[in-house]
Amino acid sequence: MGNEIKFNEEAMATVNKIIARYPQGKQKSALLPVLHVAQAEFGGWLSPETMDYVASILNIKPIEVYEVASFYSMFNLKPVGKCLLEVCRTSSCWVRGAEDVVKHIEKRLGIKEGETTKDGMFTLKTVECLGSCGTAPMLQCGASYHENLTMEKVDALLDEYRAASKLRSYTDMDYKNTL
Amino acid sequence: MGKKLLIHNDKIPNIHTLNVYREHGGYASVEKALKSMTPNDVVEEVKKSGLRGRGGAGFPTGMKWSFLAKPEGVPRYLVCNADESEPGTFKDRYLMEKIPHALVEGMITSSYALGANTAYIYIRGEYFYVSRILEKAIEEAYAAGYLGKNILGTNYSLDLYVQVGGGAYICGEETALLESLEGKRGNPRIKPPFPAIAGLYGCPTVVNNVETIAAVCPIVMMGGDEYAKIGVGRSTGTKLISASGHINKPGVYEIELGLPVEEFIYSDEYCGGIINGRKMKAVIAGGSSVPILPAELILKNDKGEPRLMTYESLSEGGFATGTMLGSGGFMVYDETTSIVKNLYTLARFYHHESCGQCSPCREGTGWMEKILHRIVEGHGKPSDIDLLWDIQKKIEGNTICPLGDAAAWPVASAIRHFRHEFEEYINNPSKIKDVKHYYSVNQLAGA
Repeated sequence: MGNEIKFNEEAMATVNKIIARYPQGKQKSALLPVLHVAQAEFGGWLSPETMDYVASILNIKPIEVYEVASFYSMFNLKPVGKCLLEVCRTSSCWVRGAEDVVKHIEKRLGIKEGETTKDGMFTLKTVECLGSCGTAPMLQCGASYHENLTMEKVDALLDEYRAASKLRSYTDMDYKNTL
Repeated sequence: MGKKLLIHNDKIPNIHTLNVYREHGGYASVEKALKSMTPNDVVEEVKKSGLRGRGGAGFPTGMKWSFLAKPEGVPRYLVCNADESEPGTFKDRYLMEKIPHALVEGMITSSYALGANTAYIYIRGEYFYVSRILEKAIEEAYAAGYLGKNILGTNYSLDLYVQVGGGAYICGEETALLESLEGKRGNPRIKPPFPAIAGLYGCPTVVNNVETIAAVCPIVMMGGDEYAKIGVGRSTGTKLISASGHINKPGVYEIELGLPVEEFIYSDEYCGGIINGRKMKAVIAGGSSVPILPAELILKNDKGEPRLMTYESLSEGGFATGTMLGSGGFMVYDETTSIVKNLYTLARFYHHESCGQCSPCREGTGWMEKILHRIVEGHGKPSDIDLLWDIQKKIEGNTICPLGDAAAWPVASAIRHFRHEFEEYINNPSKIKDVKHYYSVNQLAGA
């Protein structure tokens, strides 16, 4: 990632396509989808500079971006690891062992929930219901849902992600889903 | 085997593609509606069908549609609520992922009925990959002439877009959803005005759940009267149920409304009974917001009659002994489950998801989470149970949107039916503290 905050041509084309979905003058509607693109393009989180840049593109005030980015749980306002592991902890996942999954990952990676590994590879987060209750326990990483988890599956996933060493984003096209 | 209208084709290979979907009768409702019915004819069929909103509230869809204001020269919008975030609910995800064209078709037929020329599907951000599946389906529909200008050579035109959210349960509330679609925080609006008068960009708007919109296709094809013959009383048609928890076969099931609850839980056609042959302790029948019921009250109502999967039967007895069908998020808990600890995960959820606009909800959900936390950690006080009861009472009915009620009801019902468990936690913390009240992953793998 360069220092300059500016969408490359491909990302800009995506952003323009998003803006075109809304009536004239209602380009603010594009804010959430554009923030997702920005987060994926600029290191997996939204710095104040990134948010100011998004404001300039949508021709809205920076505060309109901050107040939205801070409201929604998928936008990271601080740097996170390349792989943000989001383990669901709500009822149906809890009764099927979500706490074990969290503890196992903590032990494997030597971090606590909310922390990032020293090499910047993984951040561990617990999240609220992701709509995967029938395939619990589960975790999300980027666009992918990993369901019916066992410790073996978690281990294999961590190994695979460490080997690939790439930033995982919600906007990734190469998602895995196991419903 | 009950009748299936929505996901009967879910196992057909490549049913997610337009060609295969069409080979199995797909897009017939668009052809029929646009070529042989007026928009009002479609509305009338939906009214006759008795279809009720499948997102949770159960409001009659035809009536909601008939409230839509139609001022001259002002655009109208149809917005699909695909924000599915109610814990225990994953049916819309299943439908959109397996048969995306069922939603696209429903959006076209419904938009035609409402006179909307622009429609949006607002999908929760975590379902990003599902939005890709929908976008692909929409692209195919444009190419086949089902979307865009002059659909199927008629005068009717429609543009359909997918909007992803950012992770917020509250955006499932329809006015919060519209705020979010306008690029704002998901703070519910004060009503009136309702979206039917002033919705998206201040224009008349209908917001309907994914399953509701998909159900419009079979209603148009079979006619509202035929649809209304399925089910019992005012609970007409079929319903998708998301089944999870301690059952042998978690998953999404389409049932005819009126199926006995006992059959749904124990029949091999549906949930297949409780894992490891254990006893059932409790059920949350309609997503985490509805009251939890102990096994005996979910199987039979207080008069001893078998409980049915209908809006009316599940709510029989009021909140004293009944619950709600809600979103159809059916969560089953076996005898090993700690109701108190489970409630703590739900209280934490509602605190996390409160938008912060109304003080009773913003403050109350936090207090309830804190109190429950200290109880499950073994530091509860005898006065905590009444304190929890008092707080939930003060949230209920005192907020702009139903999230306050949704946070209050799980607490109230857990205390109502399982007060002894709270007392046990408080009186014998040492006994309870180290007991693991949930299954380990490995236990389940061997189950």
